[in-house]
Amino acid sequence: MVALTALRTAVGSPRGAIPAGILVFIVACAVFAPIIAPYAYDIQNLPGSNEAPNAAHWMGTDEFGRDLMSRIIYGARTSLSVAVTAISISVVAGMTLGAMAGYFGGAFDRAVTAVVDLTWSFPEILIALILIAIIGPGLQGTMIAISIAYLAQFTRLTRAQIMALKNETYVEATANLGAGNFHIIFRHLLPNAITPVIVAGMLATGDAIILEATLGFFGLGAQPPTPSWGAMMSSGTAQIFIAPWIIIFPGLAIAITVISINLFGDALIEALDIRNRLRSV
Amino acid sequence: MTSFFIKRLLLLIPVFLAVSMVIFAIVHLVPGDPIDNLLSVNSSPEQKAELVARYGLDKPLWQQYAIWLGKAVQGDLGDAIILKRPVADLIAMNLPHSLALGGFALIFSTVVGIAAGAFSAINKNGWIDRITMTMILLGSTVPSFWLGLLMIMLFAVQLGWFPVSGARSWDALVLPVLTIGLGGVALVARVTRVAMIETERRDFVMMLHAKGVPPRQIALRHVLRHALQPVITILSLRIGWILGGAVTVEFVFARPGLGSLLITALNQRDYPVVQGSLLMLAIAVMLGTLLGDVLQAVMDPRVRERIT
Amino acid sequence: MALLSVRDVSISIGVIDPVEGVSFDLDKGEILGVVGESGSGKSLTAMSVMGLLPRIGGRLRTGSVVFDGMELNTMSEDGLRRLRGKRIALISQNPMTSLDPIIRIGAQIDQVSTLHLGLNAAAAKARSLDLIAQLRIPEPEQIHRAYPHQLSGGMKQRIVIAMALAADPDLIVADEPTTALDVTIQAQIIQIMVDLVRDRGLALMLITHDMGVVAQACDRVVVLYAGRVAETNTVEAIFADPQHPYTRELIRCIPRHGQAPGSLKGIPGMVPSVMDYPGGCRFHPRCTQAIDICKALLPVLEAKTTGFAACHLSEARVQ
Repeated sequence: MVALTALRTAVGSPRGAIPAGILVFIVACAVFAPIIAPYAYDIQNLPGSNEAPNAAHWMGTDEFGRDLMSRIIYGARTSLSVAVTAISISVVAGMTLGAMAGYFGGAFDRAVTAVVDLTWSFPEILIALILIAIIGPGLQGTMIAISIAYLAQFTRLTRAQIMALKNETYVEATANLGAGNFHIIFRHLLPNAITPVIVAGMLATGDAIILEATLGFFGLGAQPPTPSWGAMMSSGTAQIFIAPWIIIFPGLAIAITVISINLFGDALIEALDIRNRLRSV
Repeated sequence: MTSFFIKRLLLLIPVFLAVSMVIFAIVHLVPGDPIDNLLSVNSSPEQKAELVARYGLDKPLWQQYAIWLGKAVQGDLGDAIILKRPVADLIAMNLPHSLALGGFALIFSTVVGIAAGAFSAINKNGWIDRITMTMILLGSTVPSFWLGLLMIMLFAVQLGWFPVSGARSWDALVLPVLTIGLGGVALVARVTRVAMIETERRDFVMMLHAKGVPPRQIALRHVLRHALQPVITILSLRIGWILGGAVTVEFVFARPGLGSLLITALNQRDYPVVQGSLLMLAIAVMLGTLLGDVLQAVMDPRVRERIT
Repeated sequence: MALLSVRDVSISIGVIDPVEGVSFDLDKGEILGVVGESGSGKSLTAMSVMGLLPRIGGRLRTGSVVFDGMELNTMSEDGLRRLRGKRIALISQNPMTSLDPIIRIGAQIDQVSTLHLGLNAAAAKARSLDLIAQLRIPEPEQIHRAYPHQLSGGMKQRIVIAMALAADPDLIVADEPTTALDVTIQAQIIQIMVDLVRDRGLALMLITHDMGVVAQACDRVVVLYAGRVAETNTVEAIFADPQHPYTRELIRCIPRHGQAPGSLKGIPGMVPSVMDYPGGCRFHPRCTQAIDICKALLPVLEAKTTGFAACHLSEARVQ
């Protein structure tokens, strides 16, 4: 299958292998957090608060004496699970809407396009804030807000792909052979349209991680005691003079994760040679 | 040109209505009685009754919307629960700060971005080119609030060049503008660079050389003008992004502004303020996009005849 | 002395030489046709006369291009630039893309006068309006204010011609000026060009793949094949008695009025790409009269009764 060979190519070159490796490591941290983290994330130790990085605490401690590295490892769980879940929902919903809009056209398409265009000019953060206002802060709210904020992007992309493919002769031929509409959409159009959307989804996950962290920073994300990279930095601002590492390390974690996602995504785009299809919006 | 502007303005109206409907609905979608969501906890029955009368909260939903919208258009956005002041006042106090921040960030991104992009295009693969490319990578992969915090740590805390927070003086604008601006610079520079390189290859540029036009004139009067178009396009598409960045950065730098107002209100569940500031931000995004469209039409006569 | 003298020019792009040993002259007041199929090196020759080869990654490997006594090959870029637009003007192939889409038509013509004749804005505009009228475009004022996308292909090409004439050049290089236009206006545009050139006593280097155009417009013609000159002569002589088999084929292919439908002719085979030039005469694989020597030895351009040809077969007529 084209996708698997492309994956192999992407991972084969150092440009793709290094980010991929980093990502695997980060995901492993998230999944195996209880095993990897040296401490539990909520053990407070006030006498040892705001310690600079040392042998016992590789990344130092926060204002409550909690080991920063463990909190960052557990934070990976929160950030990754929220981002990945939200984007996955968004991709599936977006692909369904976009495919139907692109294939059936007509009033449905016009309605979908109208809504997509509406949200298009608004930044994701604003959409997310509006949704958080309705749903309320917290893990669930963040997840839903992020998935809706990115919905427009995937709907648009899928719709463009479907519309381009719809006119290909093999679709006409299949229709002439008597295939039903949904058969055409799901068995023929979507599998071809899927690749750019999946890759776009991957890149959007990076953005979603940043968005989740931003919402967390505002205090609107996962609520304590659940550790989240954004919230950690937020409470760290009070210690900015005496314990800057509380801000630096979580941010570094985000940066490394997102850069790796972007670099690997780029390598994947090169391997799949779909750069022009991603510009369809 | 004016007909184009008016056409675009009219197209914004359905968008505005749709967005305002969603914002209006916030109070009704949140769990709890809308009346309680609009008032502080210890309000008296008389205050509740007065609110019901003012906003027609006992009437059907669409009527409530109409009343709310009508008042909003006239400048009455309700009263803040926590601060007990008219929301419109709070917005009026904070808006100028946001405009200043957003405006300067936009100018910074545009000017520095175009310059960097043009330099890069001319010295392909030179050191400026590489720096710009690296900045692009950074600009889109680090959360802007982290960048802001790092800036505070380096320039305000360590070096003491700029204030850590607030908006008391003009130099308090520098770090926030830089934080938003760097991401914008990277974007504008990349677009300018690509656009200039691509334009150089086009037939009419060959013709300009064939006419004996000096290379500098070709670069500045022709190629750059063409490169400006995609820049304006991308900026007008990303106006929302700059505003979003402003929201975050205001909060990070504890600057007064719509962003700080909104985030604080969200945390405090102060819904009238939430609604008011969201409405203002939405309007800002729409007007910004309209401005971008108009600028595009000014620069490229072919756009004037398009409808969407 | 000829106004333009191209001697033994070889053009290289990278490591290949798409054009080799091309020579021809062009006198003031003369219209020279440069004919060949796509891939024969016509456009490259045009670019070398304009001094624009570096812009497309090419260079003059050997040979000389002498314009009005000046060697263009060794001239500085500054010097070349002063000639371009002012003494040598270009009309290029695709009118749809030759004009800057975001600048008004008038300004683009004015630019030439302002730049090369030092005219002020008003004088330049007056001159442009005059030129537009001479090109038989109605409503010059409106056209002056219009944008390129508002004009048809044929109109745009007339504007390009106006731009070429604006500074009163001595030589115009027209690279397939009508190929991209509707068949119905091709003859019209050619005629306009010819009339204007004759009126002003200019030299015109008209590049085309169409022998019919050559017959209509040119005084003399250079036939190129696969980067080399096949034959060169006056138009009368070449139509009366073509020396090179390729020329004969080109003439044979001209559609004639009243020709039976379906009887359009072409030349079998294709122009070889630079990578696959055959040994010996480059035309021999497609030549119906090729003999053994044609496959082995590259024919040299030699003087015949009139004109020059590079063909082993026409030895009988060698002077």
